[in-house]
Amino acid sequence: MSEASAHVVHHGPPTSFIRKHVFSLDHKVIGKQYYALALVAVVTGMVLSWLMRIHLIAPNWPIPGLQWLSKVGAPGGVMTPEYYLSLMTMHGTLMVFFVLTNAPFAAFGNYFLPIQIGAEDMAFPRFNMMSFWTTFIAFCILVAAFFVPDGPPLAGWTAYAPLSAVGKDAGPGEGLGQTLWGLSIFVFCIASLLGSLNFIATTLDLRTKGMTLARMPIVSWAWFITSCIALLAFAVLLPACLLLILDRIGGTSFFIPSGLNISDHLQPHQGGSPLLWQHLFWFFGHPEVYIAILPAIGIVSHILINSMRKPMLSHKTIIYCMMGIGFLSYMVWGHHMFLSGMNPFSALVFSFPTLMITIPATIMTLIWLGSLYGSNLRINTASLFCLGFISMFVSGGVSGFFLAQPSIDIYLHATYFVVGHFHMVMGVAAIFGVFAGTYFWFPKMTGRMMSERLGRLHFWLTFIGTYCIFMPFHYLGLAGNVRRYSAFTDDFLVPLIPVHKFITYSALFTGAVQLVFIFNLIYSHFKGAIAPANPWEATSLEWSTPSSPPPFDNFGGKHPVVYHDPYQYGVKSSTGDYLMQDSPERAGETP
Amino acid sequence: MATTLPPPQIAPQIDVEQDLRPHDGNGGGLRGLGQEGRGLRAVKDPSGEPTRTGIWVGLAAIAMMFAALTSALYVREGAATDWHHIVLPPILWFNTLALIASSITLELARRRVAAFMRGQESSRSGPTLWLNATMVLGLVFVVGQYMAWLKLRSQGLYLPTNPNSSFFYVFTGVHAVHVLGGLGGLSRVMVKFRRAARPLRRSTIDATSYYWHFMGMLWMYLLFVLWAKL
Repeated sequence: MSEASAHVVHHGPPTSFIRKHVFSLDHKVIGKQYYALALVAVVTGMVLSWLMRIHLIAPNWPIPGLQWLSKVGAPGGVMTPEYYLSLMTMHGTLMVFFVLTNAPFAAFGNYFLPIQIGAEDMAFPRFNMMSFWTTFIAFCILVAAFFVPDGPPLAGWTAYAPLSAVGKDAGPGEGLGQTLWGLSIFVFCIASLLGSLNFIATTLDLRTKGMTLARMPIVSWAWFITSCIALLAFAVLLPACLLLILDRIGGTSFFIPSGLNISDHLQPHQGGSPLLWQHLFWFFGHPEVYIAILPAIGIVSHILINSMRKPMLSHKTIIYCMMGIGFLSYMVWGHHMFLSGMNPFSALVFSFPTLMITIPATIMTLIWLGSLYGSNLRINTASLFCLGFISMFVSGGVSGFFLAQPSIDIYLHATYFVVGHFHMVMGVAAIFGVFAGTYFWFPKMTGRMMSERLGRLHFWLTFIGTYCIFMPFHYLGLAGNVRRYSAFTDDFLVPLIPVHKFITYSALFTGAVQLVFIFNLIYSHFKGAIAPANPWEATSLEWSTPSSPPPFDNFGGKHPVVYHDPYQYGVKSSTGDYLMQDSPERAGETP
Repeated sequence: MATTLPPPQIAPQIDVEQDLRPHDGNGGGLRGLGQEGRGLRAVKDPSGEPTRTGIWVGLAAIAMMFAALTSALYVREGAATDWHHIVLPPILWFNTLALIASSITLELARRRVAAFMRGQESSRSGPTLWLNATMVLGLVFVVGQYMAWLKLRSQGLYLPTNPNSSFFYVFTGVHAVHVLGGLGGLSRVMVKFRRAARPLRRSTIDATSYYWHFMGMLWMYLLFVLWAKL
């Protein structure tokens, strides 16, 4: 390993406890903070989904303890239909913003982007610290909605106006709760903009000697492309939230039409456009889906190449596909609005690029499968989760073909089919990416290995469990089961209740299985086997740091020099069948 | 067989002094705070790039935000039955002149600071004068915008009165917040310019001035939209 000896750092090692662990400037600590926040959010969101699932199969059964959370929303532990919607709103908001945006992008990106490109830290460490703590404030504001008298908002994570805009009259939670929601997302947007700016500047300017853009690992590319998407997407949601808040507390009428009579109150607003909110929201909302999934695609590709011990068929094509997806993601927002009353011609216009997105997605899938074919795949928990990711991505993606066509979407819109589709392709797939990343990078982040036995148990039970939960959703949707209903006991959906019971039992089981993961995480952190310097025999720079976890400046005051493309696997070298990016060695012929 | 590359293609021993400007086509890489405590002129501007890149990226986000607001205005106008044109307060034209003038003074300041850094200018007082002028003109603009709000208020046009007044307050308000941010950046430049420890870098004043000029152009665009649409 050849290193430059220039000793330049842009902040010294932290000395106090506060600087080390709380208001840290170190991108690694900030990455871990994001991960911890995402973990808290995902557990909260999962418990909320449990409560909803239990209520769906036993609407009159009092859930012990729920009355303490809300006396109004769940008198005696039996939740009201409105409170069901509140829990649904909070579940969606927590999962999309604080889990799917934070974990694969902000957490892993913060930790590994600077190391993978050979930098000491992010370009703006203070901004970085600020983005985490701003996100934390946004989280606190959102969770505070649980503790206001009327409870959390019930307008869904998409907060459709005028329901979200008119205030108290629209139902419990639409008073202060919804205002807190708007404020929380407003603050979250600022945090994400700061974070994306930092990622972009870091990638463009802080790459070490020899680390050309073409030599960046796929996952660094994924974070870079994601940050470009996030920069433009959150810049639209930010003013949208501002206008929503003004409609709520400033008396304006951006989104509220004339003559609305809600709860026997004629609303004082006039002339606003509810569709305007949907346009602004989905212009952010669809790219947001790719903000969640692209980092996972990057993580999975990165780990798969390592486990296959040979280069992808074409790792550059994957990067181009990610760019293509990022570009197209801005042209498809209207496919969420086929039934909104928008001009039917626009539906056709939006349908076309939506179907086009399947092209890069399919190319990527084919590259993964084609590369796997005939490879000597090393099976471990991380690579298993990568395979699980591909499975989920395909299963969830295929249902997208149907939803992308307006004529079919008319039937499937607002049914459980849609719920099954997006949970698989963006929720579970992205989470599988996070699991894969956790098992793969844990040795680097803590210096210890995670338990492989528990890891595989976790994988198989989660894999089977998530399919048991989300596959039947498609069937429910085809059978006409609408979303957002809190109970199906009195109508034509009664025959479907056994399916709902199966889903609920699967959800309780799969959720409980995650305790294995959390136990593994905590146990291995303290008692796991000491990790070797490069346990996966990987090539990228994160495995070139002098220690695990890396010192505060990542490379111990030195700067690695990069000589190779990121994936020199299946070659002859003094280290075995791979060459590190910073090894000055030249690869021999393929064995 | 593995062979060793002789000699490493990229110089492994990198001299700090020489390598502070990492422009070799291989990406950025080495950067740091440079040599502290050797006075303003000793700084070779080692780390300009992220600051400049960062400001462009930030401006892209701000541009996107105003694009979203503009499209909101168009959609809202299309849906409206209550579109009442308002007369723009005349003080806006004076404010516009102040903002344009502040861009000119800042550009003069930037050049004088650069000349000072190169050692062509002996004292700090020349550049400081232009920085102060920019600050004053910027404050004049913000106060002028506030007076425009007062003018609307005196006509009974409040934020919720009609969509036109709503958009007027939102556009001018969001822009004014960004101008205040620019004034904050400018005062940071002024403080750094005076002190010896961790002194001003070229990239900092460059980035601040890009931001400031952008605020000027953005305002002229907004003024056009307000004039044409409201």
